[in-house]
Amino acid sequence: MLSRTAAMLYWMARYVERAENHARILDVAYRMSLLTKDPNLQDQEWFAPLNITGTLFPFSGRHSLVCAKEVLHFMALDSENPTSIYNCAKQARENARAVRGTITSEMWEVLNSTWIEMQNMDEDRLYAKGVSAFFEWVKERSHLFRGVTFGTIRRDDAFQFHRLGTYVERADNTARIIDAKYHILLPSVHDVGGAVDYYQWSAVLRSVSAFESYRKVYRDVITPLRIAELLILRVDIPRSLHFCMHDVYEILRAVQNTSSHEATRLAGVVYASLQFGRVQDIFAQGLHEYLTDFLANTGRLSNEINTAFFSPTLPPASAQSQTALTTA
Amino acid sequence: MALKPFFNEMYDTAGAVRPHYAAFADWLKNTPPEKIAQNRQAADLMFHRVGITFAVYGEATGAERLIPFDLVPHVIPGDQWEMVSRGLKQRVAALNAFLHDVYHEMEILKAGKIPADKVLENSQFRKEMVGIDVPGGIYAHVAGIDLVKDADGEYYVLEDNLRTPSGVSYLLENRKMMMRLFPELFAQQRIRPVDHYPDLLLETLRNAAPPGVDNPAIVLMTPGHFNSAYFEHAFLAQQMGIELVEGIDLFVQDNTVFMKTTQGPQKVDVIYRRIDDDFIDPLSFRPDSMLGVPGLMKAYRAGRVALANAVGSGIADDKSVYPYVPEMIRFYLGEEPVLKNVHTYMLGNKADLDYVIANMKDLVIKEAQGSGGYGMLVGPTSTREEREKYKQRVLDQPERFIAQPTLSLSAVPTFVDNGLAPRHIDLRPYVLSGKTVNFVPGGLTRVALREGSLVVNSSQGGGVKDTWIVD
Repeated sequence: MLSRTAAMLYWMARYVERAENHARILDVAYRMSLLTKDPNLQDQEWFAPLNITGTLFPFSGRHSLVCAKEVLHFMALDSENPTSIYNCAKQARENARAVRGTITSEMWEVLNSTWIEMQNMDEDRLYAKGVSAFFEWVKERSHLFRGVTFGTIRRDDAFQFHRLGTYVERADNTARIIDAKYHILLPSVHDVGGAVDYYQWSAVLRSVSAFESYRKVYRDVITPLRIAELLILRVDIPRSLHFCMHDVYEILRAVQNTSSHEATRLAGVVYASLQFGRVQDIFAQGLHEYLTDFLANTGRLSNEINTAFFSPTLPPASAQSQTALTTA
Repeated sequence: MALKPFFNEMYDTAGAVRPHYAAFADWLKNTPPEKIAQNRQAADLMFHRVGITFAVYGEATGAERLIPFDLVPHVIPGDQWEMVSRGLKQRVAALNAFLHDVYHEMEILKAGKIPADKVLENSQFRKEMVGIDVPGGIYAHVAGIDLVKDADGEYYVLEDNLRTPSGVSYLLENRKMMMRLFPELFAQQRIRPVDHYPDLLLETLRNAAPPGVDNPAIVLMTPGHFNSAYFEHAFLAQQMGIELVEGIDLFVQDNTVFMKTTQGPQKVDVIYRRIDDDFIDPLSFRPDSMLGVPGLMKAYRAGRVALANAVGSGIADDKSVYPYVPEMIRFYLGEEPVLKNVHTYMLGNKADLDYVIANMKDLVIKEAQGSGGYGMLVGPTSTREEREKYKQRVLDQPERFIAQPTLSLSAVPTFVDNGLAPRHIDLRPYVLSGKTVNFVPGGLTRVALREGSLVVNSSQGGGVKDTWIVD
């Protein structure tokens, strides 16, 4: 498949996944802020979405106050914020438009109508519709897109690069979500805890739709160690790091070319460490340090994918002539 | 001024429904207005959702607009279409013969049937193509022939489009929409199908491959997603299952064209290009073109890659060459033209110029090299001021202009703000030339939505209708 097409499919998928994750993160912050009556503590909750998405700096450049209204607008609707849900929907649709000859018309229609609706969304409509209802809508559009994709697209390279984008983005997002809350996951004397901890921990689980899975897997109270284990090391949780990296590794092996060895190797190393890792060791190394390493690795992997597939350096002239001869 | 009488496609002069419109007229009579309004809304919504849009030049970059779609079809009786078919095949065969001739022996010029300077000094004549043999001798693989019907009910060819004619995606989407909205009408009568166009096009492109290439790799080359016809490019590539490429996806090495893929470079044999000659290769044509592929012309001239349409096809659809098409048909085929030409005044001729300047109010004046309805003057609907301004442009460089009598253009009832009213139309069939000449019955019907307007181009507020050939 064309390198440019592959790149656009990959980014289309990343933007859809990003929009969904941002909706989850914001939804959790919103729910958490409702749990407390203290306005100062309420605003505290709104730092998390900015920290997770790494946008505290650009945000504070334009807003003096971190509060619900401002953060919601910035992360959901702001056309100036490149990672707002608004811009994710726009970018996903723009990329899809550039490759609409490659994706199925059903996939295109989902992204196109999502963007049309998104354009009609402003602050008044957001509050009229209900903040949570809006996040539900974003998630539903993402679910719909995923379902339509799986239900309609041929299992070819287009499908693989779409999945690759999805899992690279999701691994990155899950790692950031855990990292933003790492301090509350650290074992401490108050380990088995008060109500606030319970809500904090369950919020992390809910933000990656893993609350019910936790109950099913452990049938026990929520502890930070198990949360980390579930979201990092379990291979059967679709938003865990292990799950995502398993698929990234498999996809890279399926689409490999002559210059993708380093990308596959990097993914393999990360995948192996997740497959054989133990949660005790992660906590021994330091959860934050572990996640920082992980994010650095996925960043490197992202660059390698770009070099190997999306902006390939052309082989020397002789090699190309051979290609010409064998395909002529 | 009073409008000239025109041919109404649906009603005869006594106001009775013409037989080939009977089924639709019945539906119209028996359908409550709310249901019709509902159908119109449904059509709008669906087109929007599917994203069938075009970009309008001169508006903000990337602005996308929906092309207005009208529910009342343009219906043509089968026997009338047979005549048109014969005329299209004949005309396109002659145009291709002409293109081969002017880039080789130039017999028609030697015979004095067309003044040599009209061809040789035309910027659309590509010297790079002289003596080059293209596969099968076909230049215009895809031709859009614009037809209109005058008050006398006869078809005339308004112009030929042999460079990168667009609009066929609307033809296909319009039909899909009508079948969704009016299944009962399609069940009642035999309306000839059009959905196989992408198959015919693919077959035509396969036939265009350089000799000796068995299973050609075909791509569709687009200027990119800001181009007004991008939707169509993506649509056709998808329908044919071929790659949609931009210039940056291709490169040339050892006279061979490759595309950059995730599995390394892959050879390309046929390029269905929807990008003008001027932009395809910065080394041969416009050096500032960011859209093209350096070295493409050299590979093309070496016969290593085929282009559809061929470089240099524009010389045959130039408006200053158009008046000679009937002569081409006689010269190459020894036949009389089936489809008439509109009488054309060449303003480079003193006598024609004098006549046109004296009669601007009754004529349509166009730039010989313009397209898309830009830069034309429609005499009868123009103001005195517009005519004066245009006159200056004409007098500055008369040879750049042509003029034609204002045809009245037939009309089809069309939904407008206050109900149904006749609006003028034209018809563009898409003629494919490969080993044989093929097309789907009918074509794209374009409609001028403003009352009395004769300009049907989508860039000028035109809309589209489905075209039915009924038996």
